[in-house]
Amino acid sequence: MSEHTLDARNLLCPMPVIRTQNKIRTLADGDTLKVICTDPGTLSDIPAWCRINGHSVLDTQKGERELVITIRISKGAA
Amino acid sequence: MTSPRKAVALISGGLDSMLAAQVILEQGVHVEGINFFTGFCVEGHTHAIRKHEGAKPKRNNALWVAEQLGIKLHIVDVVEEYKDVVLNPKHGYGAHLNPCLDCKGFMVGQAHRWMEENGFDFIITGEVLGQRPMSQRRDTFPIIARESGAGDRLLRPLCAQLLPPTLPEREGWVDRERLLKFSGRSRKPQMALAAQFKISEYAQPAGGCCFLTDPNYTRKLQDLWRTGAGKHYELDDIMLLKVGRHLRPRPHFKLIIGREEGENNFLEGYRRQFTHLRPASHNGSLALIDGSADADDIRLAARLTARYCQGRDEASVRIEVTEKDGRAYELDVAPFTSEEIPREWHL
Ligand code: SF4
Repeated sequence: MSEHTLDARNLLCPMPVIRTQNKIRTLADGDTLKVICTDPGTLSDIPAWCRINGHSVLDTQKGERELVITIRISKGAA
Repeated sequence: MTSPRKAVALISGGLDSMLAAQVILEQGVHVEGINFFTGFCVEGHTHAIRKHEGAKPKRNNALWVAEQLGIKLHIVDVVEEYKDVVLNPKHGYGAHLNPCLDCKGFMVGQAHRWMEENGFDFIITGEVLGQRPMSQRRDTFPIIARESGAGDRLLRPLCAQLLPPTLPEREGWVDRERLLKFSGRSRKPQMALAAQFKISEYAQPAGGCCFLTDPNYTRKLQDLWRTGAGKHYELDDIMLLKVGRHLRPRPHFKLIIGREEGENNFLEGYRRQFTHLRPASHNGSLALIDGSADADDIRLAARLTARYCQGRDEASVRIEVTEKDGRAYELDVAPFTSEEIPREWHL
C-alpha cells in the first residue's frame, strides 16, 4: 500500500480525469492517490469517475487556487 | 454457467447512446462505456469556462450517463490521433467543419482496438438510421463498420432490426427480436423508450456532439488555418477558439477578449503564454494577443481592450500590458468607438 501524487494543475476537464484514470491503472489495490488540480470541474468529475469505477474519495481540500482530491484505489471489482 | 458476453458502448453523454447501452444491458450483457476526448467536445472543460460562483456546476454528461446506467466509463485522450481526422477527412466535411463519417469510423476503430485489448466481444453505438445526414445512412453504416475494422462486431441496437444481422445477433449473444428499428429524424421513439426505462433526465445536444458543427466556432478555425502556418492546430489553439470575443485587426495577430467572468478565468490560465492586456483604470476583461505584435499593434490592441471595458466612453483609459517575457508597462489610450471597428475584424 503506497501513496502517490498526480500533478494535474492547469489541465482542463476532462484531462485531469483521464490522467487520474491512467495513473490508477498502474496502481495497486489499497494505494492512495492525491490529485492536485486547478480546474474546479474536477470537484464533480473526479468523484463521479471514482464512484462509477469503484474507487473511494477519502478527502477533498479546496485551497485558494488548488484543489487536492485524495482517492483510495480499489481493484476488487476489476 | 458461462460468463456473460461483453460489449463496449460508445457513450457521448446524449440520449441515444444511453438508450443503446441500456437495451443491451437489459439482455444480460456486461457493458462498459468508452468516451473520447478530441479537444472539440462540447463536454468537459466547459466547466472551466463557466462562472465559478453561483452557477450550477456543469456536469460531464458522459460520466453522468455511465453513473445512471451503473456501468464503468473509460475516457480516452485521442487529441493527437484525431488531428488527422479533422485535417484530412477522406469523406469530407458536413455542413461546417464536421468530418462526421471519418470521425465515426475513427471512434469505432478506437473502440474496436480497446475491445480487442480488453477481451470484449462487440461494440455498440447509439446510431439511428437516417438521423444524421452524413454518417447515419444505410450506405454509410457499412463504411463505418469496414473502415473501423469492427466489421460485424459493430451492433447498433436502436436500428438493428432494419440492418443485416451482425455477429452478436447471429451467435445469439443478443436477441435480435428485442432490438429496435428506429429510423429518421423524429426523436419521439427515443423519448418513449426513455420513459419506458424511467430515464427522465438527459442531455439534448442540439446539432452534434462537438464544436465542429458550430458555424461560429468553425469560422474561427478557418481563420486560424488561413492566417497561421497552414492547416494544423495544437490543443491550446482549439480550446481558445471556444471562449471570448476574437478580433483580427491585422493578418499577423488577433486579440481574444473575455466576455464575462468565467471566460476571464479561463483566459487567465493562458495569459503567461501570450502578451496580454488588462484595463488598469477601469473594470474590464483580460485580452490575449495571439500572434506577433509590434509597438503599434500593441497600442491598437490596447484601444480595442479599452473599447470592451467600463471606460469605453472615456477620453482615455489606462491599459496594463504584460509581454510574454514578463515585462510590464502601462499605456494611456483612447478607446475605439464601435464605428471605428470594421465589421470584418470580428471573427
Ligand atoms: S458531430 Fe463531431 S463528434 Fe459528432 S460525429 Fe460529427 S465530427 Fe464526430
